[in-house]
Amino acid sequence: MRQTCLNTIYELAKKNKKIIFIGSDLGPGVLDSFKKKYPDRFFMEGVAEQSIIGLAAGMAFENFRPYVNTIATFITRRCYEQVIIDLCLHNLPVTLIGNGGGLVYAPLGPTHQAIEDISIMRSIPNLTIISPSDAHEMKNLMLDSVNLKGPLYVRIARGGEEIITQKFKSKIGKAIKLKKAKDYYFITTGITNHIALEACKFLKKSENIDCGVAHFSTIKPLDKTFLSKIIINSKKIITVEENVKAGGFGSSILEFSSELSSTRKKADIKIMGLKDKFLEKYGTQRELLDYSGLSFKDLSKNMKNFILHSKI
Amino acid sequence: MMKKKVELTIKLDKRSLYLRSLVVECLFGGGRGHMGSAMSLIEILRVLYDNFLKYNPKKPKDKTRDRLILSKGHGCLALYALLADKKFFAKKILRSASKFNSILGGHPEYGKVPGVEASTGALGHGPAIGVGMAISAKLNKLNYKTFVIVGDGEINEGSFWESSMIASKHKLNNFHIIIDYNKIQSYGKTKEILDLEPLRFKLESFGYKVSEVNGHNVNHLKKYFTKIKKNRDKPIALICHTIKGKGFPFAENNPYWHHKNSFTEKEVKEINKFLEKK
Repeated sequence: MRQTCLNTIYELAKKNKKIIFIGSDLGPGVLDSFKKKYPDRFFMEGVAEQSIIGLAAGMAFENFRPYVNTIATFITRRCYEQVIIDLCLHNLPVTLIGNGGGLVYAPLGPTHQAIEDISIMRSIPNLTIISPSDAHEMKNLMLDSVNLKGPLYVRIARGGEEIITQKFKSKIGKAIKLKKAKDYYFITTGITNHIALEACKFLKKSENIDCGVAHFSTIKPLDKTFLSKIIINSKKIITVEENVKAGGFGSSILEFSSELSSTRKKADIKIMGLKDKFLEKYGTQRELLDYSGLSFKDLSKNMKNFILHSKI
Repeated sequence: MMKKKVELTIKLDKRSLYLRSLVVECLFGGGRGHMGSAMSLIEILRVLYDNFLKYNPKKPKDKTRDRLILSKGHGCLALYALLADKKFFAKKILRSASKFNSILGGHPEYGKVPGVEASTGALGHGPAIGVGMAISAKLNKLNYKTFVIVGDGEINEGSFWESSMIASKHKLNNFHIIIDYNKIQSYGKTKEILDLEPLRFKLESFGYKVSEVNGHNVNHLKKYFTKIKKNRDKPIALICHTIKGKGFPFAENNPYWHHKNSFTEKEVKEINKFLEKK
């Protein structure tokens, strides 16, 4: 997925001379082809996230479109003020690409686990946030990124995920129904749609419950037309995210639901996400997701209980 | 360390006093502002806007203009005075500073104030943005220069030194850092809060071509900006030795005048009396 993201930037750069790539001390060989073909537009700077964001802002003021890449925790936590002021206050078209969104860097520990990036980035005005679930979706969204007038944060997953969005031509700001159902939905972002689809299969097989998956590759701005239909027309919704529940994707769904007219029938909504804690375990992303109560079995159990008892 | 002692006692001429009176209009109009931080900047901005910067107030975004970022955004009243004086906006707007509908806030905002290149106020942001603009000039084959004015307390921020390394790496001879070295930050003396010395040595070791000047001496500043054109491959730093609150003896070197959020009748009288007397 990361490779697809970077390759797409290279493809875009071939057509658009204003596209610039800025890395913060990435691994050797990253985007070598870009570097060879467009050395003037390829910048590999040091471990200086704050200044790299400012540098990108300065370039965007001069009508360039910088794509900035480093590890997700570093591009969100370390330079948060620069993202807010230099990019978002000025509403400049800079794309931030965060490697290892969520628990991808499980074995590297809490310094590298982006457990709250959705929450902190979502609260910044003017910032668009996308969290693709597979390489197909990533490619479509990155192709669309050049059309944005303001800043963008791209949350990159582990890579190698099964392609499950091939029937859709994803666009920034548009949600999709990956699996249709009548009354019950998982609303997902990032790779949690994979887990939700597994849960749907399990629920059908074990409980004969039909569940759907509504997938939001764009976390902000929400596809409100799509979302209001889901909330109004279904009965139970569980949002699923690889991020702490506080202020995350699920919170944004609840915020939106609270704005819908109180006289309308609305689905009950529950949030599933990471716990309010730093994870003390290592292992793999999947192991940490399971440990955090985000396995397909956890999703299935929660949905079943939500339907049967209206509580989790 | 400074190569030679810079004499700071200098009598201000009519233009410098006039520009200070414009700052006072902002201060009294809004009833607040960073007075000390603005007064140390006046001559630096005056010489740049009067004699060296390329700009067109009618086309503030002209692509050939020189870029000036006031990274120490809290000194913005001095910038507002110059921009009004150069007709980027009407002088009468100065009196609206900090009021509800004003375009002039306590820190300068891009998009609101014509001539302001970037919103600043949080310290240590301007240098990196300026580096991006300076690199862009080279990519776009444009001859404009980028000037970033920082405060001395501001360069406590690590981001300043990061940006300096990047400027040096890219040999940005079109990138100018100007340090308003009035030696007093919010709480007190820079020497006591976080000593910057040996500042010249530090800047040189980060790759700058460094000069020092009396930041209130208009002739020395003019001489410096005339000479500096010859540089070839290094970013350029100018340490301006200044006096916080310069021009108002009761405010000079007095941290209590770094920022004022109200003025007593006595203070208003003192300020007016001083401006009139001159």
